Amino acid sequence: MEINFFEATEDLYKVDKSEATSIWHGLNQIRFFEEASIKAYKKGLIGGSVHPYIGQEAVAVGICRNLNNTDYMTTTYRGRGHALAKGADPFKLFAEMFGRKSGYCKGKGGPMHIASKELGMLGANGIVAGGIPIAVGGALTAKRKGEGKVAVTFFGDGATNQGVFHESLNLAAVLQLPIIFVCENNLYSEMTPISDSLLNKDLAERGIAYHIHSVVVDGNDPLAVDAVAKEAIERARSGNGPTFIEAKTYRLLGHMFGDSETYRTKEEVQEWWAKEPLKIFKEQCLQYEWLSERELEEVAEEAKEEINASYEQAVLDEEPSLEEVYTDVY
Amino acid sequence: MSTNERMITYAEALNEALKEEMEKNEDIILLGEDIGPYGGVFNVTKGLFERYGAERVIDTPISEAGFAGAGIGAAMTGLKPIVEFMWIDFTFVAMDQILNQGAKMAYMSGGQTTVPIVFRTQGGGGRGNAAQHSQSLETIFAHVPGMKVVLPSSPYDAKGLLKTAIRENCPVMFIENKLLYNTKGHVPEEEYTIAFGQANVLVEGEDITMVSISRSVHLSLEAAEALKAEGIHAEVIDLRTLVPLDIETIKDSVKKTNRLIIVHEAAKSFGWGAELAAQISEEVFDYLDAPVYRIGAKDTPIPYNMKLEKEVLPKVEDIVDDIKKSLYMKEGSK
Repeated sequence: MEINFFEATEDLYKVDKSEATSIWHGLNQIRFFEEASIKAYKKGLIGGSVHPYIGQEAVAVGICRNLNNTDYMTTTYRGRGHALAKGADPFKLFAEMFGRKSGYCKGKGGPMHIASKELGMLGANGIVAGGIPIAVGGALTAKRKGEGKVAVTFFGDGATNQGVFHESLNLAAVLQLPIIFVCENNLYSEMTPISDSLLNKDLAERGIAYHIHSVVVDGNDPLAVDAVAKEAIERARSGNGPTFIEAKTYRLLGHMFGDSETYRTKEEVQEWWAKEPLKIFKEQCLQYEWLSERELEEVAEEAKEEINASYEQAVLDEEPSLEEVYTDVY
Repeated sequence: MSTNERMITYAEALNEALKEEMEKNEDIILLGEDIGPYGGVFNVTKGLFERYGAERVIDTPISEAGFAGAGIGAAMTGLKPIVEFMWIDFTFVAMDQILNQGAKMAYMSGGQTTVPIVFRTQGGGGRGNAAQHSQSLETIFAHVPGMKVVLPSSPYDAKGLLKTAIRENCPVMFIENKLLYNTKGHVPEEEYTIAFGQANVLVEGEDITMVSISRSVHLSLEAAEALKAEGIHAEVIDLRTLVPLDIETIKDSVKKTNRLIIVHEAAKSFGWGAELAAQISEEVFDYLDAPVYRIGAKDTPIPYNMKLEKEVLPKVEDIVDDIKKSLYMKEGSK
């Protein structure tokens, strides 16, 4: 078994205008949401920490556009991007981050724990690798009930050093479950370079180790991610077991907002800003003439307005009543 | 002999509960190590693989965190998993999944998700299994809000409480006892369940209240019997569940006897006995004629040598001794 390194061919870039519009909208929606979240954090509207997803948008958009609402998903404390890509309402997301009554979790989950039953989101997770086996459980249900659903779990490079990651891969492989493991290799495990934490150059080797079909893809190219996701989800839906996707990407901001970022150089960050997903996709849109400069601007503006309106609405939302302290414990 | 007098073992009673519930509910699946064709090391899952197949009785790799987490995810998506940890000591390798994930998902999601899962396991000492196979860890699970904690002391309770656990809509830690598996007791063939949060008054008495759970109930009964000869009548109460805790029954009993002694096999320090003693002193202090006594295991890991192990675990003599102190019949009384 060998790693499958996904190479983009010209065929990959044969998309129509509506697909391009939808991807571009998705990328912008996440970018603006995360920027607005930082603004809110600075204003003191958000407690705890905010772990921005800026720079990794192509992974969430590329994978989630191939999922149905009813498919299961777990994600990380960096999970608002995945939630939006799976169709979450930005108002309910902001409301949750602000700890408000209309938030997805009635203000009890916060930025790190977004869950949505109607979207099959089994929860963003505050524990590195904590959501991986839970997605395996979703896949177990999908297989047992035979409803053709799949489960996707998003996690970072650092999660691949957790024991439960290995236990989950092995269990999913042995039981041939319909699950897609999506490793967003953003090069840093919190504040430590992944190269200091393991010797494997490609984390997809860890999928191969468990006899799981494993792919490496450019995580900054939404169409490349889309192509490998399509194949993986098809494999899962047709009963052919799990796939491991390593999406190589970069976390353009710190681990959390306010991180001193002393562990990397400004030059390195600048290099990645030059190949960040929105820039890449915009260039593709222009090069292949899917969308004009003006159309790109219009779609981005529309996404920004939606986000701003949701933000303003969420700021006005009520706080939960104190009685909520004691509900939902069991 | 009427069916009500049928005698079966604690392990058989548990097996029946699983079988009967699995028969009724196709969403029930079992996950655990060696629970399939082997039938589980204590025979609790015996025959279930043959009856329900590999799709429902799943032999997992040795990976407690992985299969506990998979159970939690399956519970959140519509199955009813019953996850077995072969020994309670092994829950420690899955604690993030049990306590950070399973116990908190309902709350963190604002009630969108529930986690209807049963974690079955067994604890306790007395077999020379040493420090990593003999612990009484119930307090740990009772301490983190979000799960119910059940410890049956008899075959009758084992069956009735396990059925209730399976029908609950939240995570339940169901802790069996390794020395009770072969004990026999009355278990009717008729369907029954036992509600959580209802302590069982096993012996009525007016001189002192004894509260215990799981195998410690049997030590308490022995101590009560020994004291009867000296004219002391202890009330013996089996809590059955730590969460929910039936504090009302204990309060009522203390109001009658004015004395309380708590017996558990968990280490004495920071054990659930301390919690119960605190609640009683907060709520019915004026009724107490003596300090609340606690008997637990000594604060050491469980030694292998069986003579040393016996020294560490609570003994009937200790209970009798403390009861006499409580009744001011003995030096050392406070």
